[in-house]
Amino acid sequence: MSTNRRDFLKISAGVAAGTAAAGVGGEAVAQAKGGAPALKLNPEKGAKLRVLRWKRFVQGDEDQYMKNVAAFTKATGVEVRVDNESWEDVRPKAAVAANVGSGPDIILGTFDDPNLYPDKLLDVTDVANYLGAKYGGWYDVCKQYLFQKNRWIALPLGCAGNCLVYRESHVKAAGFSGVPKDMDGFLALCKALKAKGTPPGFALGNATGDGNSWTHWLVWSFGGKMVDAKNNVVINSPETIKALEYAAELYKTFAPGTLSWLDPNNNKAFLDGQISLTANGISVYYAAKTSSDPKIKALADDIQHANMPIGPVGRATELNLFFNQMIFKYTKYPQAAKAFLQFMMEKEQYEVWQQQAIGYVTQPLKAYESNPIWTVDPKHTPYRDAMKVMQAHGYAGTMGYSSAQTMADFVMVNMVAEAASGSKSPKEAAERAEKRAQRYYKV
Amino acid sequence: MSLSRFFDNRNVLGLLFMLPAGALLIVFLTYPLGLGTWLGFTDTKIGRDGVWVGLDNYEFLFGDSVARLSLFNTLFYTVVASVIKFVLGLWLALLLNKNLPFKAFLRAIVLLPFIVPTALSAIAFWWLYDAQFSVLSWALVKMGLITTYVDFLGEPWLARLSTIAANVWRGVPFVAITLLAGLQTIPASLYEAASLDGATEWQRFWHVTLPMLTPIIAVVMTFSVLFTFTDFQLIYVLTRGGPLNATHLMATLSFQRAIPGGALGEGAALATAMVPFLLAAILFSYFGLQRRAWQQGASDK
Repeated sequence: MSTNRRDFLKISAGVAAGTAAAGVGGEAVAQAKGGAPALKLNPEKGAKLRVLRWKRFVQGDEDQYMKNVAAFTKATGVEVRVDNESWEDVRPKAAVAANVGSGPDIILGTFDDPNLYPDKLLDVTDVANYLGAKYGGWYDVCKQYLFQKNRWIALPLGCAGNCLVYRESHVKAAGFSGVPKDMDGFLALCKALKAKGTPPGFALGNATGDGNSWTHWLVWSFGGKMVDAKNNVVINSPETIKALEYAAELYKTFAPGTLSWLDPNNNKAFLDGQISLTANGISVYYAAKTSSDPKIKALADDIQHANMPIGPVGRATELNLFFNQMIFKYTKYPQAAKAFLQFMMEKEQYEVWQQQAIGYVTQPLKAYESNPIWTVDPKHTPYRDAMKVMQAHGYAGTMGYSSAQTMADFVMVNMVAEAASGSKSPKEAAERAEKRAQRYYKV
Repeated sequence: MSLSRFFDNRNVLGLLFMLPAGALLIVFLTYPLGLGTWLGFTDTKIGRDGVWVGLDNYEFLFGDSVARLSLFNTLFYTVVASVIKFVLGLWLALLLNKNLPFKAFLRAIVLLPFIVPTALSAIAFWWLYDAQFSVLSWALVKMGLITTYVDFLGEPWLARLSTIAANVWRGVPFVAITLLAGLQTIPASLYEAASLDGATEWQRFWHVTLPMLTPIIAVVMTFSVLFTFTDFQLIYVLTRGGPLNATHLMATLSFQRAIPGGALGEGAALATAMVPFLLAAILFSYFGLQRRAWQQGASDK
């Protein structure tokens, strides 16, 4: 009954027989010929799925995602309805769905959504183990977010990578061949850019995406962190102070007005040529490349990308917008839901999806590093490593309400902004952040 | 028989006819308000039921520097914006009450800022105040008055004043048009009598216009203060509460804590904390401005 249902799962006849015996709704994990485990899920008869996902940032993403959905329906007969919501609105909707026990079967969420209600989510360990074994394993950060108490509470989807976006000609004019990999060199570059009248600019307003990602990177790169492994607040540390002193120096080189910047501001300023260096997703490049304005289109040739510099801690410490895929326990079709996620994450679907989104989403599975999208244009390459170089925003503690609240309240962003702008000394800013974070981490 | 008599009873009928309105009020007003207040006394998180924690949320907020800052911001925003809106609105109403050419057209135009959806006009202000693209800064630079762009939303005090200016722009028409309606109800005979008594223009305003207008002022300013105190859209679009939380109002902070932050109980408590201020504003206008004795020419007791 099941051997001819889907062609992407290579399983032995014996396993198929076993699955058939288990009947609809059963599943089987076994070793296939190549040594990687196979997973055969049997969607329930007449299953229908509702998926709620974050609204695409680039059109190619949505188009291909829907094509993959259609392919799933064709292969399994399972109808799938997909709704889109702005990514910041998915969080409350998912939480309400978890709370009232009805809503979409699958929700594509962000950051630590699953950690707020792990008991309401379907265990997807089998799918995660299958995919991990087949595609070279999950990056560490996936486990930090979604693996707890020996099970996967949701499936990683990837992340929207955040890299340094810069104007190559301006960096060259400032006397640098590229972006230095160390903090001192990076500061020197920013000073030189400023001196040439082509300054950098990083968002310091309450910008949920851009503000959080670069300020976390900065503090982490010096060894500062909000909490330790036991969730004790340790932000007020000499390492943090060093990071904040650095931020104050860096801020002097910024274009004016960054304290008011929200998520769209750096994109606008960059495309208008007012800043030459910022941190962003690949969307700026995408926008320039696909612009109908010839002036902006020409800009695409001059745009270059680089990963964030590495600080005194000696390893990459980036924060990117992490995406997960949750199946809720209330779903009537758990097997169909798992089969859907499995299907969407298989190489045949996932890599094409990445390609159509021109690398907007970075893979959580290491094998997809070889996706040609990362090398077809060398400018895409830095985004390939977005999951490799990132750590979870609740680092070094566990994810949950405390980490969610601390980030939603912009504790890190505000601390860096206060110290950078000089409205507070680094010491005062760190003390204030400590007090604010302690309120969220007190249990 | 007795049933039809029962329905003929005026009291029964009255109750019956009020039932739909009462049900609407209970379902859509009393219940949400009550639920919000109750949530403020629990530690409910989004996605998780809470338990009664008494005044914990309020104690937490009292000790929270950002919440205290938002209270200050809200009071500052409301007081300054309301005073400016009142003065400008009254002035505009007096001007519009004169015999101007194209009177009807002008009156219609004045209402425009009030008609435009707030979210849209806020986006327009966002561009006006943009650190890089502000047309205001551009014009000032071109005129040679300043050399660098004004950081409207990036400097805490400037950001407060900029958001207030946007709020005033939107709120003045409501005040002006309502006061204009009030002005038109003042009988011309009063002005004639005042003129015969030799009253100057200022005296006519002070002793005739203003007392006759106070009931309207009380109503319109109560509404204006309530709208301003609970403002959300403008701040959310312009600054999201930044820079450095300098423009976070209680409403915006309440949302930030409750929805993105997931702390529904705390957010509800912050929202409930606004109620006493709103009640105070209502009571003030009710008892302070409805001075009937003064309106009728006697002095206040």
